Amino acid sequence: MTRRSVVWMLVGVCVAGASIWYARELTLSTSVPPLPEKPSANSVAVDFKRDILPILSGKCYSCHGPDQTARKGGLRLDQRDAALKPIGWSAPAIVPGKSADSEVIRRILSDDDDERMPPKKTGKPLTDAEKDLLQRWIDQGAEYQLHWAFVKPERAKLPVVKDKAWVKNEIDAFVLAKLEAAGLAPAPQADRVTLIRRLSLDLRGLPPTLGEIDAFLADDSRDAYEKLVNRMLDSPRYGEKMALLWLDLARFGDTSGYHQDSTRQMYLWRDWVINAFNQNMPFDQFTIMQLAGDLLPNAGDQQKIASGFNRNTRFNEEGGVDPEEYVIRYNIDRTNTLGQVWLGLTLGCAECHTHKYDPISHKEYYQLFAYFTGITEPMVEGESVHGRPLPPLLMVPTPEQAKALTNLRKDLAHVEEVIAKELQRYSAAYKDPYESKTVPEIVLLNLYLKSQLAWEAQAKDSLKPPTPVRDALQIEPAKRDATKNKVVRDYYLRKVHAEFRKELAPFEEDYEDFTRKIRQIENAIPYTLISEEMAIPRHAHVLIRGDFLQKGERVERGVPAVLSPLPKDGPKNRLGLVRWLVSPEHPLTGRVTVNRLWAQMFGTGLVRTLGDFGSQGDYPSHPELLDWLAAEFVLPRPTGNASPGNSAWDVKVLLRTIALSATYQQSSIYLHDSAKIDPLNRLLSHSPRHRLSAEEIRDSALAIAGVLSNKIGGPSFMPYQPSDFYKFKNEAWVWTSSDGDDQYRRGMYVFWRRTALHPMFVTLDAPTREECVVSRPRTNTPLGALVTLNDPTFVEAARVFAQRILTQGPKEHDARLAFAFRTATCRAPSETELKILRHRFEQQRARFAADPDAASRLVNAGQYARDASLEVSELAAWTTLCNLVLNLDEVLTRE
Amino acid sequence: MAAVASLLDAQPGVGRTHFPAKAKNVIFLFMGGGPSHVDLFDPKPILRHRHGEEMPPSILGTQRVTLMTRNQGHFKTASTPFRFRKVGQAGHDMSDLWVHLPQVADELTFIRSLHTEPINHDPAVTLMQTGRPESGLPAMGSWLSYGLGSENRDLPAYIVMMSGTFDQPITTRYFHSGFLPSQHQGVHFQAAGDPVFYLSNPAGIAPAARGEIVAGINDLNRLRHAQVHDPEIETRINAFELAFRMQTSVPELMNIRDETQATLDRYGPDVNNPSTFARQALLARRLVERGVRFVQLFHRGWDAHSSVIAHTRRQVRDVDQPIAALIRDLKTRGLLDSTLVIWGGEFGRTAYGQGDLSGEFGRDHHPRCFTCFLAGGGIKPGVVLGATDEFGYNIVGPKIHVNDLHATILHLLGIDHLRLTYRHAGRDFRLTDVAGEVVPEVLA
Repeated sequence: MTRRSVVWMLVGVCVAGASIWYARELTLSTSVPPLPEKPSANSVAVDFKRDILPILSGKCYSCHGPDQTARKGGLRLDQRDAALKPIGWSAPAIVPGKSADSEVIRRILSDDDDERMPPKKTGKPLTDAEKDLLQRWIDQGAEYQLHWAFVKPERAKLPVVKDKAWVKNEIDAFVLAKLEAAGLAPAPQADRVTLIRRLSLDLRGLPPTLGEIDAFLADDSRDAYEKLVNRMLDSPRYGEKMALLWLDLARFGDTSGYHQDSTRQMYLWRDWVINAFNQNMPFDQFTIMQLAGDLLPNAGDQQKIASGFNRNTRFNEEGGVDPEEYVIRYNIDRTNTLGQVWLGLTLGCAECHTHKYDPISHKEYYQLFAYFTGITEPMVEGESVHGRPLPPLLMVPTPEQAKALTNLRKDLAHVEEVIAKELQRYSAAYKDPYESKTVPEIVLLNLYLKSQLAWEAQAKDSLKPPTPVRDALQIEPAKRDATKNKVVRDYYLRKVHAEFRKELAPFEEDYEDFTRKIRQIENAIPYTLISEEMAIPRHAHVLIRGDFLQKGERVERGVPAVLSPLPKDGPKNRLGLVRWLVSPEHPLTGRVTVNRLWAQMFGTGLVRTLGDFGSQGDYPSHPELLDWLAAEFVLPRPTGNASPGNSAWDVKVLLRTIALSATYQQSSIYLHDSAKIDPLNRLLSHSPRHRLSAEEIRDSALAIAGVLSNKIGGPSFMPYQPSDFYKFKNEAWVWTSSDGDDQYRRGMYVFWRRTALHPMFVTLDAPTREECVVSRPRTNTPLGALVTLNDPTFVEAARVFAQRILTQGPKEHDARLAFAFRTATCRAPSETELKILRHRFEQQRARFAADPDAASRLVNAGQYARDASLEVSELAAWTTLCNLVLNLDEVLTRE
Repeated sequence: MAAVASLLDAQPGVGRTHFPAKAKNVIFLFMGGGPSHVDLFDPKPILRHRHGEEMPPSILGTQRVTLMTRNQGHFKTASTPFRFRKVGQAGHDMSDLWVHLPQVADELTFIRSLHTEPINHDPAVTLMQTGRPESGLPAMGSWLSYGLGSENRDLPAYIVMMSGTFDQPITTRYFHSGFLPSQHQGVHFQAAGDPVFYLSNPAGIAPAARGEIVAGINDLNRLRHAQVHDPEIETRINAFELAFRMQTSVPELMNIRDETQATLDRYGPDVNNPSTFARQALLARRLVERGVRFVQLFHRGWDAHSSVIAHTRRQVRDVDQPIAALIRDLKTRGLLDSTLVIWGGEFGRTAYGQGDLSGEFGRDHHPRCFTCFLAGGGIKPGVVLGATDEFGYNIVGPKIHVNDLHATILHLLGIDHLRLTYRHAGRDFRLTDVAGEVVPEVLA
C-alpha cells in the first residue's frame, strides 16, 4: 500500500462515514510498489541485484539463506556454488541457462500444495511476475552479484537527457534521465518565497524572518539564490538543526532511561555536536571523535567530550539487576547503533542468530560487539549508584569557576601554611603536663583539654578523628614513627587542646570557609560522561540466542567479511574500527551518510529505509545518483584549486550541491498525473511536502511570535508541562518550568526524560531516544491538533504574536491581518483568504467585547510580560486570530 | 455500532479479521510489581508447615535469582497467613483476602502455569506488554489498534489508566506503538486535570469560540488544498474536526454523573475518587461500551519485597470489589460476551521469604510460574489450567508462556497471531515474536 493511496483510501472511508480514529502519513510504507521502469518485456535483461535478490531474500532466505541452523533440506540459495550443486538424488536447484531443468523452478511452479515453494504456511506466495523473473534469470545464466550496497560506490557516467536546459548540476542529470524514461516532466521551479522558507526549514529548522524574505525578493543578482544558500549554511542555527537530527541517531537523553530514570548531564556533548556542525567538521573526523575520541593520541577535552557518544546509552541503576547483563545490553546497543548510523544495517538481527538475509554471521556480530567491551562502566555488583553521576566523567569548569577555584585554592594554601607554621611553634613549645606522672585514670579522662596523653586514652576508641589520625592512634605512641606522631600531635593541638585551639580559631575558620566554598564550586562544575578504555577489556563471547547466561565461543575483535577489510596495522580497538569505517574503501559509510543528508532535504532518502541497506532494505530509487553522491562525498575529484569542493566528507558542500540542484528547487504542488505513474514520488517529479518535526513546530510558533530565544547550547530547559504528567508514573520526578528567556529556547534543548517524554513531543512523533532512531514518522492526528491549539506554549505564542502585531505591525486593520498571515506563512494572503480572516476575527472581537472576563483570562496566558497599554478585548481577539493562523497547514508543513 | 474499521484494508497481510472474533474488546487489569500467586490463588499448605526451613535444593534448582536474594544468603520457605477456600461451582481456590471476587467466580478461568523469562520489572513488564523483553516493540494494545482499528471515531483505540501505590515506574514505553505508526500508541487518560493532554481550551476561549477558530483553520486549509492538492491536508482537516468533537466526547465519557447510585455502590466507595482503581474500572466499562478496543488499567504496588502480608492485603482491598463489580456490570449490560477481561502481573513471587522470616518478610520476583485469570468473550469459564509443584515454585506439566497468552488473546479477537505482522528493519515482526501457541483449554 502506498502512502498516497492510504491517504486516499482513508479519505474515502471518512466520507462514507465508517469509523476510523486516525488518518496518517506513512513515511515508511510497509510494502514497496515497483519502480515504474521495472523490466516487464522478455527482452530486457534481468538485473540480479534489483530484480532477483529481493525475491530470494524476502521469500527464500529465511530457510535457504546464510543461517545454517535454520536451513531446510540442505539447500542454500544465497551462494551460487551451493545453489548449483545437486543435493542427494535431487536435481540441482539451479541449472544455469535451463530453467526447465532447475529444481527451484519445478518447485515454485508445482500444483501440489505439499511441494510448492515457498510453503503455504509462510504466507509468502510468489507472484506470477516473480516466478517469471526467476525463470528468465536462470535462462539468462543465473548470474549472482554481490548485494549492491556491499560493493564500493563508483562514479557512474552522467546519463544523457533530452531537456539539457533544466539541468543545473549532476544531480539533475540523474533525476531527469529517470523522469524522461518514465514519461514524466519535472515540476516548475518553486516561487522565491517557497524557496527561502524551504531552505530555512531544511537547513536551520526555522522559518525565515520577513526581513530575510524581503531582502531575498529584492536581490536581483544572478547568484541571489546561491548567496541565500550560503547564508543559511553559515547561520549558527544551521548547527542546531544538524545537531537536532543527530540527537535521535545518538540516542541523546537527559536521563538514564531505565527504572527510576535518574537525571544525567550530557549537554556538553550536545554543545560539541552543534559546534562541530557549525565549524563544518569533516564527517570522518566527526565520526572518529565520537566513537573513539578518547583513544586519539593526546586526546584533549574536546575529544573526550565527543567520545561521550558511546555513553549516551541508557543505564540501569535498579538494585536487583545483574551488572553483567546490562553491560552486555549497553554494548549490544552500541553495536546496533553503529549498524544503524554508519553501516545502515540491521545488525540487531544477528544478536540472537546468524542474520537471515544479510551475510552477517552470529559470530561476526559479536566481533563488532567486542570493540565496545573495553568501555569502562560505572556500576559493579552490589553498589548502588542511584541518581549519582555515572563515571568516567570529564569535569569542565566554566572560566569563572576556574578562576574562583584558583583563587580559593591559593587562599587555602596560604592559610594552611600559616596553620602549619603556628603548629610548628606550638609543637616546639608544647609539653604534656602529665607525661611521666601517674594520674588515676578517672582524673585523666577530664584532662584531655590540656594533655595529649589524656586525650589519646579516649580518642583511640572514638570514631571522631579523621582516618589517618585514627589509624595512627591504633599504634602505641612509643612505636609510632615521626610522621605518625606528628599527625597525632598536630591534630590534637589544632582541634582539641584548649589554648592552642583557641589561638588557631580564626585561621581554622578561614580554612573551613575556603574548603566549603571550594567544595560548593566543585559540585557545581559541569561534567559530562565520557568513554574510557579499560586496560584489559571484558571478554566477548557469542551469546546463544542473545542470552548473556549462555556464552558460546569466545571471539576477538573483527569486522564482517563481506565488507572491506580492516586497514593493515591499525590498532585493534575502537580507533581501528572507526578508521575502517571512514576508509574510502568502505562501501557503506559514505552511502548511508549521503542518503541521510538527502532525506534531510527531501523528507525521505534515495533508499527510504535509512537504517537498512541490506538485502531486505529498500532498493535505491536512483542507484547511480546515490553512488555518485557517495563518491563525491568520500573522495571528491581533485579540482586543481583550493575551492571548497575538494575536501573530503564535507557536509556543507554536499548540502549546498543538493540545494543548488533544479531537483531541489521544484515546486511541491501535487500533480495528479505523476501520482498515477509514481504514487510515492520516488522519481522526484515535484518537491515533497511534509509536516515539520515536533521541535520545528514549537520553534516556528515561537519564532513567528518573535519570542524565540537565540541562546545556543547549554543545559536543557523545561517548557510548560501539564502538572499531573508525572503522577502515577514516578512521583519523585520534578518538573519546574524554566523562567525568563530560557522558557523560549528551541525544542532541541527540551529536557528529555526518556521514560516519560513531554507529551507534546510524544504526540508529534518525537522518539524517546531510548535507542537509536534513524527516521521519525509524521502523523497528523487529533491529539496533535489539540497540542497546537491548546498547549500553553502555543497559546502564549499566539498571545505574544498578537502583541507584536498590535505594537510593531501596520496600523490599518486589513494590513494587520495580512501581516499576521504573512509572518506565519511567509506569503501574502489572497483576497478570499483575507475575507475568511476578517470574518473569524470579527466573530471573536464580538465575543470578547461581550465577555471582558474571558478576554482578560486569555491575555494573561503564559509568563511573557503583557503590554498593559493594549486594550484587553482587542488583544484577546487578536490572540485567537493568531492561534488560528499558527495552526494553518502551511505553517506546520514544509512545502 | 459501525462495522470494524476498514483501516484493516490498508494493512498488508491483515484482513478484517482472520476468522470470526469471539471478543471485540479487551480490558487488561495489569497488576504492576508482580502479585504473589501463593498468597492469592495458588494454595500451598506446605509453606505453612515448612515456614523458616531452607527450600529443598531439588525445588530451587539452578534458576536465576535477583541479586537482592542472592546476597541475603538463605532461601527460607515463607508461610502465608491467608486461608484458602473453594469458591463457586467451579471450586476455584481463592485466599480469604478476596471478599467480593468469589461472587463472580463462575465467570473466571485461571492459568497457574504462566511463565516468563526476565527477573527484573522493566524487562518483564516489557515482555508482557510487547512479547519481548527488549524495549522498542509495539504494545499489544497497539497491535490490536493496528490490526482492528477503533469502533469509535471520537476516541483512540488503546487507552491506558494508572492507579495504586508507587513502587515501579510505569513508563510511556510500555504502551507505545514502537515501529507501528504512532497513531496506534496507547493514550494515557489522566485521573486528574485534562483526561487527555491539552483537551481543554485555554482560559478565555469558550467551546463555541473554539468551534469558530477550528472552522476558520479548516476553511483556509481547504483553500490551500485546492491549490496544492496534497491529500495530507484533508487528513489534517479531519484531525482538527475530530479534535474538536473529542473536546465534548471525552469529558462526557469521564463524567460518571449519569451512573445510577446502585452501579456506583457496586464498585465501592473508592469510585468517588478519580485516581482509584475502582473509578478506572468503571471508566473501563464506559470505554468498551463506546467501542474502545483495548483498555489497560495499571494498578501498581504489588512489589512486596518486604511486608508481603500487609502489601497484599492493601492491594486486594483496592481491586477486589471493583473487579467483581466490573465483571457483573459487563454481564448485566450484555458486554461480557464481547469483552475479554484479563487479570495478571509481570511475574509471581517466590515461595521463599525475603528478609527476616520472624518479622515483616517479603517475597522476591518469580518468573518461573505465576497465575493470571481470564473472563468474558470467548473464554470457557471454570477452568483451572496448569499446576505448580508443592511449593508453587516450578510448573508441573505443560507450561504457558506469555507469548502463548498473547496468541490466545489475538485468537479470541479473530486474529491469527502468525499473520498479524508489520515489516520493520527488514523483517516481518509480530506480537508473539517467533513463538506462541493458542491455548485451546481456555477457549469456549
